[in-house]
Amino acid sequence: MAVGNKKKVKRGLEFWMFVGPVFLVFAVIVLVPFFNGVMYSFTDWNGITGELNWIGLDNYVRLFTVDEQFQQSFWLTTRYTVVAVILTNLVGFILAFLLTQNIRTRNFLRTIFFMPNLIGGLILGFVWQFIYVKGFASIGELTGWSLFELPWLGDAQTGFWGIVIVSVWQGGGYIMVIYIAALQNVPQELVEAAKIDGANRLSTLRNITIPLIMPSVTICLFLTISWSFKLFDTNLSLTNGGPFKSTEMLALNIYKESFTNNNLGLGSAKAIIFFVVVAAITVTQVYLTKKREVEA
Amino acid sequence: MSTAQPLPKPELKPEQPAPKKRGRYSVRLGTVEIAAVLIGLLYMIPFYYVISNSFKTQGDIFTNTSGLPKEWITSNYTDAWEAMNFGKVFLNSVIITVGANAVIVIFCSMAAWKLVRTKSRLSTIVFFLFVAAMIIPFQSIMIPLSKLSGDLGLQNSYWGLILMYLGFGSGLSIFLYHGFMKSIPEEIEEAAIIDGCSQWGVFWRIVFPLLKPITVTIVILNTLWIWNDFLLPSLMLRDVELRTIPLATFYFFGQYTKQWDLALAGLILGIIPLLLFFFAMQKQIIQGITSGSIK
Repeated sequence: MAVGNKKKVKRGLEFWMFVGPVFLVFAVIVLVPFFNGVMYSFTDWNGITGELNWIGLDNYVRLFTVDEQFQQSFWLTTRYTVVAVILTNLVGFILAFLLTQNIRTRNFLRTIFFMPNLIGGLILGFVWQFIYVKGFASIGELTGWSLFELPWLGDAQTGFWGIVIVSVWQGGGYIMVIYIAALQNVPQELVEAAKIDGANRLSTLRNITIPLIMPSVTICLFLTISWSFKLFDTNLSLTNGGPFKSTEMLALNIYKESFTNNNLGLGSAKAIIFFVVVAAITVTQVYLTKKREVEA
Repeated sequence: MSTAQPLPKPELKPEQPAPKKRGRYSVRLGTVEIAAVLIGLLYMIPFYYVISNSFKTQGDIFTNTSGLPKEWITSNYTDAWEAMNFGKVFLNSVIITVGANAVIVIFCSMAAWKLVRTKSRLSTIVFFLFVAAMIIPFQSIMIPLSKLSGDLGLQNSYWGLILMYLGFGSGLSIFLYHGFMKSIPEEIEEAAIIDGCSQWGVFWRIVFPLLKPITVTIVILNTLWIWNDFLLPSLMLRDVELRTIPLATFYFFGQYTKQWDLALAGLILGIIPLLLFFFAMQKQIIQGITSGSIK
């Protein structure tokens, strides 16, 4: 009995010797602040006076009734997510499809398309600010195409599409890498068999290839949804939410509410809503697409 | 399918498909190639604009944005380097990225090993917490974290920031190690224990070397993230001397918004290090992304 207990204690000690250090850090950096955040969301904390008053659900009520900027950011983020997710996956898949054909430049081109992913969202936003403001204007002058003569980043519409173009340009190459790996794993016998049975390219793609790469579609949708919904760096550096907050997405709105306006209690409430929405969307999406996966 | 068969020979109708000729270059493939190259060129246009303009004078940028520089000047780079204090900033990024990778690899591999080898409810719960927390967006933690880290004295230091990266990176890294670890046979470890090796020795001498492939993946994914991360260091680092590349770029760009000549050179300085890293490790990076996402 005593021996058994001793062994148990030793096992427990060993477990915490290996798991303990990182769990402690994880708890202090992630878990505790997360629960603190839930608590702060019920207060009027403003970060300056250090005074905290419990105000119940007031912050949450305010978000859904008075705070029009939050609602607008929410709606903007939703529209942006839908558009960016569809376009990024489409571009990524088309690139992957082209670059799994037996063409000579494919390795070189894969590198080219992946390269934007090495640049952080912040620097990328600045780079594209130059492209939109100076580059597009210059192309417009040279070609006379009205598309390039629009006031890029100067109004809500071009600001929205400006952000979409940058995200697709960057994310497409990352998604491409995942789709390439998936396409290379599709058994060639199945594709050949479909051809022999008289299927054309399009129906082979639709009925054989796409069902077989559904696991990757799950992953790519998951990645792009979470990138889009949480977009911050590019939003900050490309438009900084402007003009007149018309391109201020949720993450940026939370940031400004908390650190520019110093409404940390209200910011916390926004952050909790943000968490709930992100969690709900990603869990639902993984559940839905998992159901559509098939085995080869 | 479109090529007409000159003589129908029914007996040739293959039971198995004819072996595909390697290197066959059809019209269709040629079209695909041209389309792909054109898209590639389109993709590169932003790089062309930024690079060519970074070698121009301010006047040349305004009158001749699309053309090549009338006169190639390099003073933009030397000026931007000095104004950003780029040498120092680069070193800060290296220290933080390398430090964070080291602690993540050491502590996450250790934890993942015990979590896989211990079959208990506690072990399952701890693993679940690590994985579930991955879904929490950074914005939902940053407000209380900036207060807590101030109270704990973690702000404004390399070490504080490195610990935070360990906290935020632990979920994915433990998850990836956990998945990989299952494929390592337990018998090797048992044999070593019988030979008198301690748990510590078993892990570092036998298990850890076997984890090398997934360690490379984890280091690459974390490097891409930490090197480019802006928000966390911007909340945690106050001193100018501690700034990382994204932070320095942010403040530099804010200062020189209308001075595109310097701003563009500064942006390119910020891009170059990771580009070099990529060309040195291209194969591992592509593999890392693929295996990191498939799990």
